[in-house]
Amino acid sequence: MDVRNRFETEDMRAFRQEVRTFVRTNLPDDIRRKVAQERMDLPRADQQRWHKILRAKGWACPGWPTAHGGPGFSDDQRYVFERELALADAPRPMIYGEGMLGPTVIAFGTDAQKRRILPGILEGDVFWCQGFSEPNAGSDLASLQCKAERVGDEYILNGSKMWTSEGHIADWMFGLFRTDNSGRKQEGITFLMLDLRSPGVTVRPILLFEGTHEVNQVFFDNVRVPAENRLGEEHKGWTIAKHLLSLERFGTAEVSRSMASLGRLQSFLEEQDPFCHAPDQRDAIARRVAELEMELDALEITEVRFLFNQDGANEIGPEASMLKVRGTEIQQDIFELAMMCAGGYALGARRDESAADLAETRRGEDSAYPYFNFRKTAIYAGSNEIQRNIIAKAVLGL
Amino acid sequence: MLPSFTDEQRLLRESIERFRQQDYAFEKRKALLAKLGSKDDPLWKQFAELGWLAATLPEEHGGLGGSHADLAIMMEQFGRGLMTSPFVPTIVLGGTILQLAANEAQKSAILPDVAEGRAKLALAYLEPPAQPDPAIVATRAEHDGDGFVITGEKVAVLYGNVADHLLVSARTSGHVGDRTGISLFLVASDAPGLTIDSYRTHDDGWAADLRFDQVRVPTEAVIGSVGAGLATLEAALDAGTAAICAEAVGAMWSLHDMTLDYIKVRKQFSAAIGSFQAIQHRMVNMYMKCQLAQSMALAGMAALDAVDPVARNRAVSAAKVQVGRAARHVGEEAIQLHGGIAMTDEYAAGHYFKRLTMIRLMFGDENYHLWRYRQIASD
Repeated sequence: MDVRNRFETEDMRAFRQEVRTFVRTNLPDDIRRKVAQERMDLPRADQQRWHKILRAKGWACPGWPTAHGGPGFSDDQRYVFERELALADAPRPMIYGEGMLGPTVIAFGTDAQKRRILPGILEGDVFWCQGFSEPNAGSDLASLQCKAERVGDEYILNGSKMWTSEGHIADWMFGLFRTDNSGRKQEGITFLMLDLRSPGVTVRPILLFEGTHEVNQVFFDNVRVPAENRLGEEHKGWTIAKHLLSLERFGTAEVSRSMASLGRLQSFLEEQDPFCHAPDQRDAIARRVAELEMELDALEITEVRFLFNQDGANEIGPEASMLKVRGTEIQQDIFELAMMCAGGYALGARRDESAADLAETRRGEDSAYPYFNFRKTAIYAGSNEIQRNIIAKAVLGL
Repeated sequence: MLPSFTDEQRLLRESIERFRQQDYAFEKRKALLAKLGSKDDPLWKQFAELGWLAATLPEEHGGLGGSHADLAIMMEQFGRGLMTSPFVPTIVLGGTILQLAANEAQKSAILPDVAEGRAKLALAYLEPPAQPDPAIVATRAEHDGDGFVITGEKVAVLYGNVADHLLVSARTSGHVGDRTGISLFLVASDAPGLTIDSYRTHDDGWAADLRFDQVRVPTEAVIGSVGAGLATLEAALDAGTAAICAEAVGAMWSLHDMTLDYIKVRKQFSAAIGSFQAIQHRMVNMYMKCQLAQSMALAGMAALDAVDPVARNRAVSAAKVQVGRAARHVGEEAIQLHGGIAMTDEYAAGHYFKRLTMIRLMFGDENYHLWRYRQIASD
């Protein structure tokens, strides 16, 4: 009955072993260290280095079909592959190019666009960012107003995009722009791709309150974009965006990443034994860890059920929103608990660069950073409130 | 926070209120923080001039002899304004220890300087593994001739880098965890053999890890009686805990107000998000958490006057648990209801959230205080 048995066939076990051995042998230690510290602000060079290692093995862009240079994994293989990467503290796949734009171009792009866009992503040479949110269009994304005016065979962009993750390390942006304001707000939106080196583009860094630079505001002042950089039809970008966001919703469950984080907390508790003088408190913590383990189990099984249509359902539907909601909540709870276990050591705003992970940090000094940083996960990629709206409307029919 | 004020208390509250709104406005805060790590921070001098440092210190040693109610008023205002300073370690922790256990010579040598802002204090009690029970003391003070020799490690000493005098717990007998055999010592921050490794804390304050390598102190450096320091230490930590609970209540009300204002003006789906029932209920939950935390913080502060330490321990632990849980709830919800803007460095909410989180971690988290509360109950 355990839906996870599908990953326990002889073939899958052999595949898992192959991935595990490869990743543990080839993942550079300095990169692993940053990922194990729960950092999401990996420098471009680190992401690129790891991507090229996977590419040389033929495993870059694991969700892509072989026709476009992907490994052509089955869904099961892909699931196991990403689990192994997470457990080994390998960087997350490059979400914007590889995870979002690539599959969208494969689905909606012209042949010329596929030839022009996909190889740069596959080789890890071109970094993308996403221009969706705006200062006044967050949860209510469809109310976006950043303007693209059609003039001849170009669009002229004016306005700004907000919360652009990796905008400062990206080469290109894909985004949604307002080409018509006369109809419903979901109409008149066009999906465009633009070179961030175009004249008139300004990237302003936005620091997060715990000090990391991950997001930016990107301003457009008469930026000219050739019409051939439009994906799909003019004014019909919302359909494409919905497709693309359904991909994003899946990535953010982060079940495998949470398993790695919880594992780190468990080894920290075992190896450092911070409650060595307080057996009663140690027991209370052990119960909390057990609870999180069970919650994560429930999420994992649910994810497998949804992903592999175990209930005989059709395509992955709006119920996937719950994976994002629970995934981020559990992840945040794990980081909160890890921080509380570090006690007085968690006060210091310093990262121990010498240690490989929480267990190897002498005392868990880094533990407040992820607690602070990961508050964002319940806000971005469609806030958890919006995900609940989706379930209320599209699943429950309210 | 308190049901009624005397005229003096109203003046005290208003003086901090004015200061936090004008001199310590959030836009000015970053510049003021830059000098926080130096021994001659001009902000501290202002605190002294405004009478806040003297407020709760005894009259016979340069103070104004204020009550715990005065302390509650000040802490709540510091919390509302996210005012970051060595006030708690110097005035509350250090001040309490000196008032309770120091001899006349020690008091008159230090307290007047503290009241006038010339000297800062820090309490070095936490040791690896940085868990809050003050009986976890491995640092040793060996009797040697006419003094003691201290050897050991202290961690996360709040403002240990700017203090002139350190109050240090060390074991004169017994083993880690024993409730007897702990003594308190007064150690100058420039004592030979003392190494201070300082760092910023997440709330923009400072802390330090201290290493004592055969630090020699005279017999006169002992505060109170040898071997009987734990009771004093616990009283000081209870005062510190009650103080940061009151501060947290102020910080929570600020986050509450900020969030309430924001959801009234932030429009999505053609309406203020505060008009959505789902958001309204969450705002109400924040409000209720603030009220309950305020009640318990008040009770905790009042219990500092209790003669019976057991009653004091219980009330303070109960306050810390209620406040800690509320701090998490209010802090996280304030961020979430704001959305992305509250994740940024330039917006105040995230900084309040960080301070509240540090308060949860200071002097024992909810797990520790639940344990202590139950332990006292079953004794």
